[in-house]
Amino acid sequence: MTSKSKWLSAPYLFWSAVFIIIPLCMVFYYGLTDKTGAFTLDNILAITSAGHAKALRLALLLSFTSTIVCFLLAYPLAMILANMKVKRHNFIILIFILPMWMNFLLRTLAWQTLLEKNGVINHVLSFFHLPALQIINTPAAIILGMVYNFLPFMVLPLYNALAKIDPNVINAARDLGANHFYTFIRIILPLSIPGIISGITMVFIPALTTFVISSLLGGGKLLLIGDVIEQEFTRMSNWHLGSGLSMVLMIFIVINMILSAVFDKEGEGSML
Amino acid sequence: MNKELIQLIDISKSFDGQMVLDELNLNIHENEFVTLLGPSGCGKTTTLRILGGFANPDKGRVIFDGQDITHIPPNKRQLNTVFQKYALFTHMTIAENIAFGLKIKKKSKSYIDDKIRYALKLVNLDGYENRMPDSLSGGQQQRIAIARAIVNEPKVLLLDEPLGALDLKLRQEMQYELIRMKNELGITFVYVTHDQEEALTMSDTVVVMNQGYIQQIGTPESIYNEPENAFVADFIGDSNIIPATMIEDKLVSILGTRFACVDTGFGRNRPVDVVIRPEDVILVEPSEGIIQGVVTHLIFKGVHYEMEVQACGFEWLVQSTTLFPVGKEVGIQVDPFNIQIMNKPESEDEEAVILDI
Repeated sequence: MTSKSKWLSAPYLFWSAVFIIIPLCMVFYYGLTDKTGAFTLDNILAITSAGHAKALRLALLLSFTSTIVCFLLAYPLAMILANMKVKRHNFIILIFILPMWMNFLLRTLAWQTLLEKNGVINHVLSFFHLPALQIINTPAAIILGMVYNFLPFMVLPLYNALAKIDPNVINAARDLGANHFYTFIRIILPLSIPGIISGITMVFIPALTTFVISSLLGGGKLLLIGDVIEQEFTRMSNWHLGSGLSMVLMIFIVINMILSAVFDKEGEGSML
Repeated sequence: MNKELIQLIDISKSFDGQMVLDELNLNIHENEFVTLLGPSGCGKTTTLRILGGFANPDKGRVIFDGQDITHIPPNKRQLNTVFQKYALFTHMTIAENIAFGLKIKKKSKSYIDDKIRYALKLVNLDGYENRMPDSLSGGQQQRIAIARAIVNEPKVLLLDEPLGALDLKLRQEMQYELIRMKNELGITFVYVTHDQEEALTMSDTVVVMNQGYIQQIGTPESIYNEPENAFVADFIGDSNIIPATMIEDKLVSILGTRFACVDTGFGRNRPVDVVIRPEDVILVEPSEGIIQGVVTHLIFKGVHYEMEVQACGFEWLVQSTTLFPVGKEVGIQVDPFNIQIMNKPESEDEEAVILDI
C-alpha cells in the first residue's frame, strides 16, 4: 500500500475513534470507578446480586435456546439451498434476507401485535373455534422474537460453508461405502464447522445482549441482562453500574469471539 | 481376451432435454485398461458417473459381473472412483482418508494399518500417514486419492480425468505410475480423459466418443493408424483429411491426382475421405514428387519441423526432420500403406457403432 492510499482510511479511522474506541474507553472508566471517581470492582461484582444474576441466567438460557432453535431450523434449509441450482437459490436466499431490510423495531412490534391477547393470531384461532394462544409476555414469545430476527444470520454462514463443499467429496464418501447418514456425520457436518461457529456467534451475541425483544414481547416483566443494563443507563442514571455489568457481558462475547476465531479460519461469517 | 466384467446395454441419458448418451453399448473385460476419450460434452464423464452410481440412466441397464446394478447406490457397488480434483477429506489425516472405506467395512485395526502401509508404498508416499491433505502437492494428493480407492480392493477402478489438474511433467510421470499400478494390482481400469496422448500411452482399449455416441473402439494403434471416420482422425493427433474419390480397389484420386493405396472394398468411383498423417507426407525435390507445391509456413517444434505446403488447392500439414524453407517448391510423396480411406459420414451424428471390444 502506498502512503497516499493510506489516507483513504482516514474517514473510517476518525469514525471508529469517535464512536467506538472513545465510548469503549468510557465504559471501562465508568465500570471501574464509583461516583466519586475512585477505583472499585463493585460495579462488576454487582453481577452476583440475586436480581442481576437471575437476569444474566435468563438471558443466557433464552439466547442459548434460540441459538439451538435457529441452528435446527437453519441447517436443513442451508443444505437444501446449497444443493440447489444457481438460478433458483439466489431467489430463495433473497426471501430469507428480505425481512432484514425492514426495521428491526418494526418487525418486533409486528410480532407484539400478532401475539397479543386480542391480536391477529388469536382472532384467527377463535374464528376456527381453537383455543387462544397465550404466549405474549412469556419466555416463549421472547425466543420466538429472537429466532425470527436472527435466523438469517444463522442460515447465511451455514449456507456459505455447505456450498463450499465439493460435491465430489460427498460422492467420494458414498463411493467408499458410506451411507447417507454416515456421510453426513463424518463428512458434511465436520466440514461445515466453520459455518456452524459463525452462525452461533452471530445469533448468540445479539440474542444475549438484546433488550428490545424482551421488553416488547416480554411485557417488561421478564428482565434480561440487556434490560437491566439499559435501565441503569436510562432510568437509574447509574452509568457506573451499567458499565460494570456491560463489562461482564463483554466477557461472554469475547469468549465467543475467541472460539469463532479458532474454528472459523476461513471467515465464513465475514460476508455479513 | 479375458472374461466380460461390465456391460452397458442401451444406455440413454439426457439433462434438461439435452441428449448426452444415446443408446450406448459397451463391454469391458477383466483386467483391461479402457479409456473413454472425447471432447468435453461427449458423454464420457456421464458414462463413468453411471458406472459409479452417481447418475441414473434414463434407459438401459448396467451389468456388473453378471448382476444388474443399474439401481444399486454407489456405496453398494464393488468399484471405486478417483475423482478429477482428488476430493480428499481435508479434515482428516492421510491415514484416516485411506482408512475411510475400510472402517465402514469394519476391518480390524491391524488389517487397516497393514493396508495403509501397503497403499502408501504402492503410490510411493511411505511415511505420509499423519500429514493433512492440504500440505501435499497436487500430484501427491492424486496418489492419495488412488491409494484411498484401491485399499478397498475394487474389481474396477474408475478414474475421472485424474491427471487433468497436474502440470505436463508430472502428468507424464503419473501415466507410467498408473500403468505400473494397474499391472501390480491386476484390476480393471476405466479411465476418462480428453487428452489423446494420455489415452494412447496407457490404454489397452480406447473408446472414442463424440456427442453421446461411440465413434470407434480399438487398440491405441488401430485408433491412430486406421481411424474409421473424420472425427476420430481429427481428434487423435494431427491429420490431413482430404475429400477424394475411390476409383477402384487400391487406387484413389486425391485432388485430381491418382495415388496408389492398399484399401479395398469401397466400390468404384465412390466419394470418400482420406487421412494422411503429417509425418507420413514425404517432401522431395519437385521432379520426384507425385504432386508439386510450395511451402507456406514453417515452425520449429523441437523433435521436428512443422510445415504447411500449398498443393493442388489444399493446405498439407507436414512434419519432417528436414527443413524446407518458406517459398521453396517441393514435391509430395505418400507411401500407399499410409493412405487411410474412410467412408464419408452420412449425417452430422455418426451412427453409434455397436462393437464388442
